[in-house]
Amino acid sequence: MKEFKGKILFLDRSDINTDEIIPAKYLTEITKEALKPYLLEDLVLKGFEAAKDILGKTVVVTRNNFGCGSSREHAPWAFEVNGINMVIASGFARIFQQNMFNCGMMAVELEENVIDQLFKNFADKETSVKTDFNKMVFTFTADNRVEEVPFKVSDFALSLVNAGGWVEFADKNY
Amino acid sequence: MGKTIAEKIFDTHQAGNPSDDICVISLDAVFCHEITTPVAITDLIKRGKDRVFDASKIKAVIDHVTPAKDSKTALLGKILRDWAKRHDIKDFFDIGRNGVCHAIFPEKGFARPGYTIIMGDSHTCTHGAFGAFAAGVGSTDLEVGILKGVCAFKRPESIKINISGTLAPGVYAKDVILAVIGKIGVDGATNAVIEFLGMVVDKMVMDQRMTLCNMAVEAGATSGICAPDMITVDYLWEFIKDEYSSKQDALEAFSAYTPDKDAQYKKVIEFDVSSLAPQVTFGYRPDQVKPVSSMEGEKIDQVYIGSCTNGRFEDLEIAASILKDKKIADSVRAIVSPATPGIYSRALDAGIIKIFMDAGFCVTNPTCGACLGMSNGVLAKGEVCASTTNRNFNGRMGKGGMVHLMSPATAAASAITGKITNSKIYSS
Ligand code: SF4
Repeated sequence: MKEFKGKILFLDRSDINTDEIIPAKYLTEITKEALKPYLLEDLVLKGFEAAKDILGKTVVVTRNNFGCGSSREHAPWAFEVNGINMVIASGFARIFQQNMFNCGMMAVELEENVIDQLFKNFADKETSVKTDFNKMVFTFTADNRVEEVPFKVSDFALSLVNAGGWVEFADKNY
Repeated sequence: MGKTIAEKIFDTHQAGNPSDDICVISLDAVFCHEITTPVAITDLIKRGKDRVFDASKIKAVIDHVTPAKDSKTALLGKILRDWAKRHDIKDFFDIGRNGVCHAIFPEKGFARPGYTIIMGDSHTCTHGAFGAFAAGVGSTDLEVGILKGVCAFKRPESIKINISGTLAPGVYAKDVILAVIGKIGVDGATNAVIEFLGMVVDKMVMDQRMTLCNMAVEAGATSGICAPDMITVDYLWEFIKDEYSSKQDALEAFSAYTPDKDAQYKKVIEFDVSSLAPQVTFGYRPDQVKPVSSMEGEKIDQVYIGSCTNGRFEDLEIAASILKDKKIADSVRAIVSPATPGIYSRALDAGIIKIFMDAGFCVTNPTCGACLGMSNGVLAKGEVCASTTNRNFNGRMGKGGMVHLMSPATAAASAITGKITNSKIYSS
């Protein structure tokens, strides 16, 4: 099982699509590692500088309909090779969300008002998060501020995360 | 309780229920192209599982960058080609016989009513035009599909869009789907299947239904679906004539995949298109849609007619009817890419290719190419393209370029003036 904790990259926009996450011209790369420098290269977000802002981050917190557009699994992979294993958002496009779990990564949905709250309280600070799978709770920490947020993922998604991905799971079960 | 088309298809394809909300379904077809499949193939090899569940149910094509433009794309093509050969995949389409996946697979009769289809491509929803459940997936789902012939989906909820009225001249399926996406938004159908029903859809030919279903994913939908009818039977007849004693017989069999009157929908949307005008996108999201009239006069640098949305015969025919005996503006470069060799050759016989060439279009071989900014007409920074494709994301057709999505008619009219233009001024 991968690790789901660490410093957060806040992306304050809805509808961030997979072309923004990893442009099509890099889909000719054969190794996941080769995608590393290009993560979020075409992201339209004021003040965002990919190289500087991504460095050291391991979790993304963002808004609605994240990962819409193309089915390219290169999008989760581009996060993975940059050390980002989890995206928390108020909504996901179906294929992206499934791809994340299929890779044994996490794409967790929280209510829009909870996401609002996270942006309000943490987005301007250096924030990190821990995931407790027993209690199904995230703990967000910045400066002196600590907040616990419960989360849900389906049993199926969780079994993919535990198995290490869909290939492993399907191979055992079908 | 009545059932939707997707529910009926899921009922006949149950392969497992790993949790309450998830259905694992068996697959009738797994479609493959050279961008997302090689990673799945390489991983299968690495795992010592280089097998396919059923070679006759796997269809593969090299379409995104063809002919290969560099060593990397040549290698992607080679991995797919070698794999198809190794596993005796008969339906593999290489250069000379290849076309855009969502145009060539239907043309070969591979999409049928009641089928379950996956592909590592988000516009796989196109094949729902035949009354199939067809969904785009990532490379891992594709890998499992290739190996096991199954895929997991949330139990499908459907949104019914009832399209009524009469389309005005110069208004096409593309305008309808752009307007639908504009109405419901880019996440308006996330995790749902859109059933396109109603009088307008009943009258549409398969090419138009494919345009409609093609862009369902731009509203977040898992699949778009049309109910199979005699138009579907007619289109498929050459492929199914040995399976049914008559067209009527086929229609009856396919009626198993029409929605029940009392089916339960997540949402029902009524859309009367009688007053709909030609539509165009203006931003970086496919739901940023306006009538062409409010964008008229906006300067463009390139026109692109092609893709899995609008590169089919009827699309070229409509564009050619506007371009006939005219020239494109000096300030514009225009590209047409017939989506398959079959379409290309029909267009050649019908004199349509000549019309494009005389007007000043560059006619390219069938390929995705410029649609996703990989080859064949990539934009430079600051350039604007009037395009019949399906995505206007930032950088989609080239870094720093701007894409306006529109119908082939609007694109053709825009090529003549060099500006976004309503085709009605050229209609006879
Ligand atoms: S034509 Fe464009 S949208 Fe269609 S499959 Fe090819 S790249 Fe994708």
